[in-house]
Amino acid sequence: MDEGFRLHPEQASTFASDVDGLYFFLSAVSAFFTVLIFVAIVYFAIKYRRRPGEEAPPRPILGSLGLEVLWSVVPFIFAMIFFFWGARTYFKIARPPANAMEVYVVGKQWMWKLQHANGTREINTLHVPLGQPVKLIMSSQDVIHSFFVPAFRVKQDVLPGRYTVLWFEPTKVGEYHLFCAEYCGTQHSGMIGRVVVMEPQAYEAWMSGTVPDEPPAVAGQRLFTSLGCLTCHGSQAPTMAGLYGSQVQLEGGRTALADEQYLRRSIMDSTADIVQGYKPIMPSFRGQISEEQLASLIAYIKSLQEQGQGGMRTPATMPAGQRAQPLEVDPTQRPRVTPEASGIAPAAPPTGGPNP
Amino acid sequence: MSASHPTILAHQFDDLHQQKESVTLGMWAFLVTEVMFFGGAFLGYAVYRFYYPEAFAYGSSLESWRIGAFNTVVLLISSLTVALAVHEAQGGNNGGVIRYLVITIALALLFVGVKGYEYNHIIEAGHAPWQRFTEGYYAGDNPSPSAHGAGPHGTGPHAQGANGQGAHKATTIFFSFYFAMTSIHALHMLIGVGLFIWLIKLARRNRFSPKYYNPVEVVGLYWHFVDIVWIFIYPLFYLIDPKW
Amino acid sequence: MTTLDITPAPLEEPEDYLNKAYNIRSWFLTVDHKRIAIMYLISVTAFFLVGGAFATMIRLELATPRGDLVQAETYNKLFTMHGVVMIFFFLIPSIPATLGNFLVPLMLGARDLAFPKLNLLSWYLFMAGGVCGVAAMVMGGVDTGWTFYTPYSSEFATTQVAFTIMGAFIAGFASILTGLNFIVTTHTMRAPGLTWFRLPLFMWSMYATSIIMILATPVIAIGLLLLLAERVFRLGIFDPSIGGDPVLFQHIFWFYSHPAVYIMILPAMGVISELVACFSRKRIFGYPLVAFSSIAIAVISFFVWGHHMFVSSQSAYGGMVFSFLSFLVAIPSAIKVFNWTATYFRGSVAFLTPNLYAWFFIGLFTIGGLTGLFLAALAVDVHVHDTYFIVAHFHYIMVGGTVLAYLGGIHYWWPKMTGKMYTEWIAKFAAFAVFVGFNLTFFPQFFLGYLGMPRRYHAYPPEYQVLNVMSSAGASILALGLALPVFYLLWSLWYGKDAPANPWGAVGLEWATSSPPPTENFEEQPVVTWEAYEYSRKEPDVVGVTPNDTSTPV
Repeated sequence: MDEGFRLHPEQASTFASDVDGLYFFLSAVSAFFTVLIFVAIVYFAIKYRRRPGEEAPPRPILGSLGLEVLWSVVPFIFAMIFFFWGARTYFKIARPPANAMEVYVVGKQWMWKLQHANGTREINTLHVPLGQPVKLIMSSQDVIHSFFVPAFRVKQDVLPGRYTVLWFEPTKVGEYHLFCAEYCGTQHSGMIGRVVVMEPQAYEAWMSGTVPDEPPAVAGQRLFTSLGCLTCHGSQAPTMAGLYGSQVQLEGGRTALADEQYLRRSIMDSTADIVQGYKPIMPSFRGQISEEQLASLIAYIKSLQEQGQGGMRTPATMPAGQRAQPLEVDPTQRPRVTPEASGIAPAAPPTGGPNP
Repeated sequence: MSASHPTILAHQFDDLHQQKESVTLGMWAFLVTEVMFFGGAFLGYAVYRFYYPEAFAYGSSLESWRIGAFNTVVLLISSLTVALAVHEAQGGNNGGVIRYLVITIALALLFVGVKGYEYNHIIEAGHAPWQRFTEGYYAGDNPSPSAHGAGPHGTGPHAQGANGQGAHKATTIFFSFYFAMTSIHALHMLIGVGLFIWLIKLARRNRFSPKYYNPVEVVGLYWHFVDIVWIFIYPLFYLIDPKW
Repeated sequence: MTTLDITPAPLEEPEDYLNKAYNIRSWFLTVDHKRIAIMYLISVTAFFLVGGAFATMIRLELATPRGDLVQAETYNKLFTMHGVVMIFFFLIPSIPATLGNFLVPLMLGARDLAFPKLNLLSWYLFMAGGVCGVAAMVMGGVDTGWTFYTPYSSEFATTQVAFTIMGAFIAGFASILTGLNFIVTTHTMRAPGLTWFRLPLFMWSMYATSIIMILATPVIAIGLLLLLAERVFRLGIFDPSIGGDPVLFQHIFWFYSHPAVYIMILPAMGVISELVACFSRKRIFGYPLVAFSSIAIAVISFFVWGHHMFVSSQSAYGGMVFSFLSFLVAIPSAIKVFNWTATYFRGSVAFLTPNLYAWFFIGLFTIGGLTGLFLAALAVDVHVHDTYFIVAHFHYIMVGGTVLAYLGGIHYWWPKMTGKMYTEWIAKFAAFAVFVGFNLTFFPQFFLGYLGMPRRYHAYPPEYQVLNVMSSAGASILALGLALPVFYLLWSLWYGKDAPANPWGAVGLEWATSSPPPTENFEEQPVVTWEAYEYSRKEPDVVGVTPNDTSTPV
């Protein structure tokens, strides 16, 4: 980390120069107006100072419409420049690219727990390869936290009971501060860590040196079976194949995009979004599975996304750029997945179902 | 100008007209404040009902719409008696003011009493939000996922906890809003009763006349507001999925 | 020299609101708005000193990167109680409840506020809230941050959250009653001839403030009440374990707390308008625009709360709308700053303490306002949200803005409130100390924030130390500058020169009565036949500022 005295942090992501550009522009405009006001006041204060014995009040000046228009319109124009510039970059920050490698993040008092797609777990440290977009899928186990990496100029609150997403693309090798930015209790200032950006080869070497846990998608598949999800999903309940990323037609005429947040809600508040044509028979799993188990289930469901009906294979569709080893699926579980997926999808009502 | 009523004009006002205008504007401004106050609670209700329509419908079905309807009628009649009290005050009939306000107080207390009965009923049935901390309150509380292995049919998709809450944990949120909003509403009614008692004291001293009836009028405004709040609360809590 | 349409009270042996009675009852049961203002003044000053003591501890702790002075728990309580005390018990009541209470009836030519008993009740409610707050501190303090975010405040904190919330809740009602009183008084009790566009700009800003008070305060009241019910009666409204939405509380909280920023700054802007007009002896440049900009700020302030939540999981489109609306608030604020500055043009500018505060206010508010644009700009806010950049920004508004205006107003109206003049040279010295100390304290924090130092950090990485030490050093100068007025203003009560009715040669109605004013303010009902700030109308009645009792610029 850079130890020298500086007034802005290192630029280590694709957003950094964009954000800094706007920041410097804002600073310049602010400095200009601040100096303008200061100089005007000092100048008027000296030039028009009240002199001893001065009796008559100054000639009244009511105002000037021209000036009022000028100093309403000029700030407005500047404000709109700031607005569009800020919004443009913000939309980039808000939209993760499809090829991003995914990392699940769980915040808890007072540590960051991270898990890579191949199962490797880290605490308070995140290793990422240079030049690879990284998407963090985050939730909290207790209070609100906020994942903040100043060098990347990104920050996102991490909430209990909900997923939030953050992404960045590192552009510079190094170690960078990771802070919790939302006050979360006694050791808030101790909930810090680092993000280590490595050359891709170094990253691969590091990754192969770790002992990965079971990959989340595999653990999720096992859970999907052991929790009994297979009993209904595909028959009395919608199939999971191709669900992720699709538009779901809900009861009441609404549609929803099946993203991580939707999947989470459907598992935890199962009666909240009822897919059209189905009955609200699913129990809520709130309080019955942990954040990690939930993340695994979702990772599993997502792994089924690119497969058509009946084509459900292994949860092996890992994002591009992902260095994880190929996933092994317990063969004993495969037969239980496949028939249900292939056989049941046609049973979905023609009007609805997640798989139109 | 106010020599005949030295005490009804407060020292800061020039005349009765200014006083009446000020007091009325003050009450309207206060009611705007109240609208924002209840508005915050209604907003929270709306957000959660949008999130959990099923749970709210289920919670609503556990309420007795008949008791709510009875209370609605009681409250509407009390608004009528307050309006009549204002009318009597305008005519300077202090006896009439007392008569109608006493009826209003009786109706208000009846309402609050019925509310208390209803609270008791809900708590006995085990739906009060604080009861969620008792063991086994929710269906399938605390079984480890593996114990759940037989699938939801093991306990059944309609499995119910000790208190029949089934899968609807958010029903607790429904009852939280129910208790919060109806108790704040009841508190407003009790404050209204206090104001009526103050008005009765004034009326016993024959203070109200065609020139000076403003206190009865603005307290009446307050009471109608409390009534209107209930007109929103009743359908939102009792009529989502009533058991006819 | 013509005179006002009011006969000034005779200067010899006048009975005024202060010497009318001396017993305790005459204070604690008074319905006189001026006495209530004085009681508020004493109370909020006490809270300011308490909050300042917490701030001192915070800055001492942050002088070193390791958390070595106090425990993390203690530090968290310090910044929480600093925020709670300063916001709920100092900034919100500061100008409205002291200067506003004192001046609104005087400026309107009225005998009192429309509801004097409610006004007294407001003070008692404020004190009751204050007692709850102090009780919470005595019983061990509270550590949620002044924002009380759920679920930390509802499910996790083990400190005195309930008492603190109750304190803020009760004090909120004091604020509502003040606002209600001002609105009604402004509508119904203006002196004959005093039309809306003849009102001093202070009245416009008090009116705009009052609108926010009665519309926004009840919303946080219900939010805090629900939170209290969740903690005390175990209701489940924000509890994520049953599906509660923790962000809902943030929406409710900021729906009040963003407008509340304007409850703090709008009255300050009103004070500054008075000071600028008086010390340049000119009508405020573009009076109607300055007046309307207060109303515009009040209205827009209700639609920008989401800019506190750009990283709270709000949708990107929601963020965009809130960003756009937030930029709109900048326009009326800019209009005010430019108009104040332009008022000095060809004025008769006096180098006196209240005017010093006005200059400093304009400068610091400009910086505070412009850095607000950084926060409204979405992408920059993502980076600086919850860092020291925010801390610096809102201190520029709250201290550089509100506190400086409050001090300027206290100095300006001190002769009217107490009938005594303070010592000019030491007051100027204190004002400069505040300005220098303030900038040294808070300017480095902009850089700290951009570098990424999060707020509410008990310990921090060592590379942030240099800027933190600068900040702590500045804080010691700031503390000196803020403590001095307490002493010399008190001193003036006993040893200060008697103040004339109109020491600054100002034209507001409050200067047309004696100093201090009699209990019902005016000997006769004033009738207004002149425009606001009509300095050309006449020579000032009493020119208290003569070359030999004040410093004039060389």
